[in-house]
Amino acid sequence: MAARVELETTGFDFGLTRRNAALESKGTTAPKATKTGTTIVGLIFKDGVVLGADTRATEGPIVADKNCEKIHYIAPNMYCCGAGTAADTEFTTNMISSQMELHSLSTGRETRVVTAMTMLKQYLFRYQGHISAALVLGGYDVTGPHLYTIYPHGSTDKLPFVTMGSGSLAAMAIFESRWRKDMERQDAIDLVKDAIEAGIFNDLGSGSNVDVCVIEKGHVDYLRNYARPNERALKEQSYTFARGTTAVLKSSVRHLVQVTDEDAMDTTL
Amino acid sequence: MDFAALAPSANSVMPSVHPTSQAKEAAFSPYEDHGGTNLAIAGADFCVIASDTRQSNGYHINTRFAPKTFKLTDKTVLTTAGCQPDCNMVATRVRQHIEWYKYTHNRSISTAAIAQMLSIMLYQKRFFPYYDFNILGGLDEEGRGAVYSYDSIGSMERVPCQCCGSASALIQPFLDNQVRNKNQKGKEEVTAFDPVAKLSLETTLKIVKDAFTSATERDIYTGDSLQIFIVTRDGVEEQRYPLKRD
Repeated sequence: MAARVELETTGFDFGLTRRNAALESKGTTAPKATKTGTTIVGLIFKDGVVLGADTRATEGPIVADKNCEKIHYIAPNMYCCGAGTAADTEFTTNMISSQMELHSLSTGRETRVVTAMTMLKQYLFRYQGHISAALVLGGYDVTGPHLYTIYPHGSTDKLPFVTMGSGSLAAMAIFESRWRKDMERQDAIDLVKDAIEAGIFNDLGSGSNVDVCVIEKGHVDYLRNYARPNERALKEQSYTFARGTTAVLKSSVRHLVQVTDEDAMDTTL
Repeated sequence: MDFAALAPSANSVMPSVHPTSQAKEAAFSPYEDHGGTNLAIAGADFCVIASDTRQSNGYHINTRFAPKTFKLTDKTVLTTAGCQPDCNMVATRVRQHIEWYKYTHNRSISTAAIAQMLSIMLYQKRFFPYYDFNILGGLDEEGRGAVYSYDSIGSMERVPCQCCGSASALIQPFLDNQVRNKNQKGKEEVTAFDPVAKLSLETTLKIVKDAFTSATERDIYTGDSLQIFIVTRDGVEEQRYPLKRD
């Protein structure tokens, strides 16, 4: 007879996680999620923060989305890049964004980046890494510009330049060689663009276009598709099919309404 | 199923075992997938063999130019995908046997003979196979295009067109439709009894280029550059085109 297991009365319940692991070991396969094998970066410059991201989303070896958005809105003065499982980054940032809006409404103040960072890390830690969201959070608040990375298990870093995702090594190579303190705005944007492009070309999980977001005091520039280094070449010929190419195997017409004399509409008026 | 029994009990203690006292299986995995895509199309008096040149490992690009299509004779070309060292070894061994054939019989080997030899060579390693998917293209004894398709352990078939490698699931249906006219009402289908496509060389090359630029869009392991080998009675011509590098 199987041993009886007492359910834990406090803390988070990971019962379903154990069940899923047991089912998987017995041959059941879990549904696959869209992963964003990604390059995301952020840096602090003279007047604020620049965030950057590529736009490829993958499902195993297949490109699921060639131009997806990885820089998510958190608050008017704060944005967050997400790498990992697409749904997790989307829902996590959305949920924190909503809580930040309520927080700002109840305090009557502009939200601080450290608040969002703390809420994100506490939320992710609660799920012990099962929510695969690796984030780069940047913003400008009353205390100045801030840039954080948040790992799926809930640990955080506060650094002047950061990279994350599968292309993080390629991007960090660019940052390590060219980042300087108090860079000019355009130089900072160019550096972020080059770091993302390093990921796009050298990491197979990253690709397509470069998104950039510049956050300064009281001002945000969301530069969607700032660079498009991967335009598709023109096709050699057209593949439009002639009318009637698809064979009709069977056709049937059904009358959903039967109109009889008594039911006919009175059109005399 | 009793799921409760699967959960570890809160106060169960794992017996402490010294790590060296436990039996451990030594795993040796000699196979690696280096990605890449190849295809071949047989025409009435020509054969087109093409492959991309990216060689990758996981999310990493080893090199953007690693040719995996090999000119064997003036009328036969071999294209390979899978594990790079296995691909190279197969090509080397086939070339060696072609040379030995020349010295033994004092004439150059036919495409059909190479095809049969490759099949045998692959089956000889039935229980430790080469991780290598081959397509052999060239001209047959009548001067018609010939494409031979293989699996990794030597099953062989002559076909009008074939694609193998990482983007084969994307390209093969396209070839079936555009080269063999499958699922097109009002167009004559190229059947297995007629193993040559009814296309001009010009159209064939357009289809090959479009197949690779499209596969590059959606398959992360295909890209960098495209090598096309055109086999005609005048010999083998090689063309190169750039593909997207992201």
